[in-house]
Amino acid sequence: MRNLWIFLSKYNAFFFFIIFFTISIVLLLTYNSYQNASTWNSSNKIIGQAFQQSDQFKSYLKLGATNDSLSKENAWLRNQLKSSTFNDSVERGSVNDTIHHQQYRYIVAKVVNNSINRQNNFVTINRGLRHGIKRGMGVIGPTGIVGIIRDVSDNFARIQSLLHSQSRFSASVNGNIGSLVWGDGNYDPRIAMLKDIPSHVILKRGNKVVTSGFSLFPAGLDIGTVATTNPDGGNSFLNVKVKLSTDFSALQYIYVVTDLYAEEQQALEAKEENKALQ
Amino acid sequence: MGISIFIHLLRFVLLVLIQVFLLKNTGYYNLATPHLYILFILLLPFETPNFVLFILAFILGLTIDVFYDTLGLNAAACTVLALVRILFISVTVQKQGFDNEPEPRMGLMGFRWFMFYATILTFFHHLVLISFEVFRFSGLPYILLRVFLSSAFTIFLMLVAEFMFFRKKIR
Repeated sequence: MRNLWIFLSKYNAFFFFIIFFTISIVLLLTYNSYQNASTWNSSNKIIGQAFQQSDQFKSYLKLGATNDSLSKENAWLRNQLKSSTFNDSVERGSVNDTIHHQQYRYIVAKVVNNSINRQNNFVTINRGLRHGIKRGMGVIGPTGIVGIIRDVSDNFARIQSLLHSQSRFSASVNGNIGSLVWGDGNYDPRIAMLKDIPSHVILKRGNKVVTSGFSLFPAGLDIGTVATTNPDGGNSFLNVKVKLSTDFSALQYIYVVTDLYAEEQQALEAKEENKALQ
Repeated sequence: MGISIFIHLLRFVLLVLIQVFLLKNTGYYNLATPHLYILFILLLPFETPNFVLFILAFILGLTIDVFYDTLGLNAAACTVLALVRILFISVTVQKQGFDNEPEPRMGLMGFRWFMFYATILTFFHHLVLISFEVFRFSGLPYILLRVFLSSAFTIFLMLVAEFMFFRKKIR
């Protein structure tokens, strides 16, 4: 106590200064509207910035959940798209029936395993039989097609990626239909070859290659763009290099396409073939 | 002793009146505003106790504030002024010298010392005063310009006042 008193009296000027200066500042901030408002404004600004920073950080932590919900929403929105509906408007007498029925459904799935560097590449997803996935369904990504379901277990499915030497997809460019293949000397995961385009067709660099609608996918989905064309030696077809729009190295969420009329279509086609055989 | 207190009281009243009724209306485009009233604190005797010094500075500041309608602003500046005065005197003046030179007058302490003393104290007072008046960091060049111009004006007026009441060294 004595030491404290000595300390206080030794530096009394400083403590007097603190006391009187504090009183002055309190008076200044209390009774002068400009200084008062400035103090509150600047502290509000600082507090606001602090909240903004912490919000940014929090949203970063929630990024995973946000992604999940967004991809669910995307799947839902794709269900609403016009390209996933089947127009069965039938003329009956004079009545035009233009009701749209759903033809394609989308199931969202997350990629759990993926390869791009091999000759035959596969993608594994975390959806399977339990979620309604069957062998032979088409798979698309956010920016283009991905492949076909090859094997299905209860909870997982294996996709034969477009980057597979056996993969063949019906594709159309400027209304001309060809088949899209990969492999065969080209093992670049960004490039695929489009074959069976007649050589009289004039293609330009950047022309869009889309799905034809003849295979498992709705018509008009992006596949990629034309990179180069050159005639297939001796044949009357073109070899078209297609720059794929799907970035296979960065696949995160994909959508499995269910064609609700596929069975009906296949049954009918099988009947035709049987007839032809007979 | 009694006559000395009376002189200081008279100086207090005179300086406040001059400041409030004359110098308040004087100035160069609001850039150079003189604050001569701090001369009262500058001229207090060396042996003034710290507490009395702070109280007087605070009251002087508040008095000016009441007239300027800026409650607390001049009081804060005068409190800083009192602290700087204590530090400055403890550094530059020996305690033994108090018997011969009881007051920091120019006639007693010499022109150079007084000039230095007035410059330092005025500068700190004006720095605090004008910083708190402008009250934002973005106005820093403006604050410094005002501090320098106002300090020059105030010091000039102080020197004029000191020469008017010049007293030759007794020794």
